[in-house]
Amino acid sequence: MTEETQSATGPDPVSRDAELIARVLAGERELFHELIRPYEKSVYLAAFSILQNQQDAEDAAQEAVLKALKNLGDFRAESKFSTWLISIAINEARARLRHARVLRFESVDEPAKDDDGSFVPALIRDWREVPSQALERKELRELLQSAIGGLPEMYREVLLLRDVEEMNIADTAAALGVSEGVVKTRLLRARLMMQKILAPQLASKSSRGGLFGLFRSKAGGSWF
Amino acid sequence: MVLDCKHVWDQISNYIEGEVPLEMRAAIEAHLAHCRHCAAVLDSTRNILILIADDRTFELPVGYSARLHARVQQELAAAG
Repeated sequence: MTEETQSATGPDPVSRDAELIARVLAGERELFHELIRPYEKSVYLAAFSILQNQQDAEDAAQEAVLKALKNLGDFRAESKFSTWLISIAINEARARLRHARVLRFESVDEPAKDDDGSFVPALIRDWREVPSQALERKELRELLQSAIGGLPEMYREVLLLRDVEEMNIADTAAALGVSEGVVKTRLLRARLMMQKILAPQLASKSSRGGLFGLFRSKAGGSWF
Repeated sequence: MVLDCKHVWDQISNYIEGEVPLEMRAAIEAHLAHCRHCAAVLDSTRNILILIADDRTFELPVGYSARLHARVQQELAAAG
């Protein structure tokens, strides 16, 4: 989106989207480009959270956007356009994953259940503040991506939408087609899993200094 | 209200969201004040969330946006 377009349509994304949708449907179809532009990354990440592969996620994101274009007339303003678009991407990605699993003769009949069992986080004595400057950014990024990639799908989805894309709980629930309570339950588990995976890894890098050094436990990295 | 560590862990996510009732919040904070382990679990979880929210953690594939809009343009042209 150009800055002119953004300022001309005002800061409220819902009104902006409503106006653009009306104009696209009225025949200014080229404006669809502007409509989707703020949500491109969310659409990709939603697909990536499920497919865990860049090329597949890009293909699913493209397909989701084309479906949104085709079905724009069906969009109802009870939900946000962004939530609607992301839910299309999630459904597209899930369909592709299901298809891939069928091709690999894996069972698709038993969806994973929410795990209500107890969970113990990584217990540490202390933790330093997040550093503001990004040293060793590439290695840190790989650690984070690998940890998220290792989460079961249901937890990865909520974490990507809520904590990476920073959608609110209600929109995350709407995009995933689950209740807000389910989102909160999965979010708790997803966040604690991330803590359990990453806290020891980040601290273990601390002896090398740099970015990771700032994660060092004040108590000398004691774990128990 | 007195909480043990397990209760605090169960509430950590809602606590980070700022979505716990006042009484529970006070009980969590009372626990955190004397339990270094739970305080560290909270800090580390919160800090990891800050790291994953960083725009650089997940970058788009190079050329993603251009390919997406080219595909949209193709569709718009085909629909006439």
